[in-house]
Amino acid sequence: MSKVRVLVGTRKGAFVLTSDGKRERWDVSGPHFAGWEIYHVKGSPADPNRIYASQTSGWFGQIIQRSDDGGKTWIQPGTPPGEQKTPQQGPAKGESNKFVYNTSPENGGRPLTTHQWYDGTQHPWEFKRVWHLEPSLADPDTVYAGVEDAALFRSTNGGQNWEEIAGLRGHGTGPRWQPGAGGMCLHTIVLDPSNPKRMFIAISAAGSFRTDDGGKSWRPINRGLKSPFLPDPTAEIGHCVHRIAAHKSRPNVLFMQKHWDVMRSDDGGDSWREVSGNLPTDFGFVIDVHAHEPETIYVVPIKSDSEHFPPEGKLRVYRSRTGGNEWEALSKGLPQSDCYVNVLRDAMTVDSLDSCGVYFGTTGGQVYASRDAGNNWAPIVRDLPAVYSVEVQTLP
Amino acid sequence: MIRVVLPPHLRTLAHVGMEVSINVPGAITQRSILDALESCYPMLRGTIRDHDTKQRRPFLRFFACGEDWSLESPDHPLPQAVAQGTEPFLVIGAIAGG
Repeated sequence: MSKVRVLVGTRKGAFVLTSDGKRERWDVSGPHFAGWEIYHVKGSPADPNRIYASQTSGWFGQIIQRSDDGGKTWIQPGTPPGEQKTPQQGPAKGESNKFVYNTSPENGGRPLTTHQWYDGTQHPWEFKRVWHLEPSLADPDTVYAGVEDAALFRSTNGGQNWEEIAGLRGHGTGPRWQPGAGGMCLHTIVLDPSNPKRMFIAISAAGSFRTDDGGKSWRPINRGLKSPFLPDPTAEIGHCVHRIAAHKSRPNVLFMQKHWDVMRSDDGGDSWREVSGNLPTDFGFVIDVHAHEPETIYVVPIKSDSEHFPPEGKLRVYRSRTGGNEWEALSKGLPQSDCYVNVLRDAMTVDSLDSCGVYFGTTGGQVYASRDAGNNWAPIVRDLPAVYSVEVQTLP
Repeated sequence: MIRVVLPPHLRTLAHVGMEVSINVPGAITQRSILDALESCYPMLRGTIRDHDTKQRRPFLRFFACGEDWSLESPDHPLPQAVAQGTEPFLVIGAIAGG
């Protein structure tokens, strides 16, 4: 029978939730890396036992963790676990947490060392943390990292070493990027299953970008986005994109939850149109697509950019079966009074079982699951630390 | 042997207890202790000081014999008590969060 493994990153550690294909009873393991912020945990599509985790701390910086046994044990890639009795010979290992921006002209076209700061001045790029880890669809040892300050890194040796894909920051608009309220983070990486050279990424608050040549060159794909807070609301860059999702069978169709507005593109991001339709509010963070129905999408509306909780204190997922515009509220099993949690951008996912499971986590520490594509919901766990990310692996 | 006391999260990361003892060649300074510590425990690289610049991370401090050595030169010799192993070199995480 199939199984599912839900990987949860929280403010105080990681948790692994497992169940059989019925998804009725759940085992909870964790906290892994207790006390550390876990921004993201994601498994490799090419090897489900391979899992990567971003562990971070304001005191101690960035750590990359890797499991090769489905989350039972973890290592820092390239670093032997446990105490070394004698100093090692040669250069010290332990570089899996080393993220160094590439400012060489050879890789980025030109050196790029500053971006726009909140006050309009230029500010140096400073690495802070890894927001998102996106394992390759084909190679378990290749994984991409979206970081703050916004840049894209890649490891091709299982996370031991990281190299910036410098063409993104160097393509020309970088000096005009600026941080959003949560920092200037590259938080979304979408790989095109039909074309290994094509990739979509999103940055707060710069917008979305695409490469068609494996990362050498990039261009903004924000035409159709409107952000009234910008001097030019339809500017080429500067939009606060919160999340992009796509169905694996239709990589040209992208769905976006923007700061405000739910958007859709049918041409790989070349142009966008709004599909917020009858949503009670089109502010939010998450968006995802049903595993088997490419026109069925999910969002969790949040009241506003200044009130990060559900409207009326009612936690509702909204589903559109028409690729946007027409939305229905899904509330069965979710709290419908006095609920003031948020659902962060990496905290929704879907499994690929026949009856598509949908999962999301809240800043209140609940992880909710639906076994029937959103019709009914129940909490898997209720009292975790604030949930930053939720991913699921569907296992044979 | 030089004694080094680590903050709790770094003990977990290095799979050690509160205190480790390490061989430190040459003069006993902040730099030589941290170089040896990172060599024995490479998982700590980047968590106490920057990989390349070797700058102390902002929310960490270094203490020895009741004194804060954080702002001293990393090459300044530490007290004899540390060099002799009677007193530990302490890596302290700032108390923050209220």
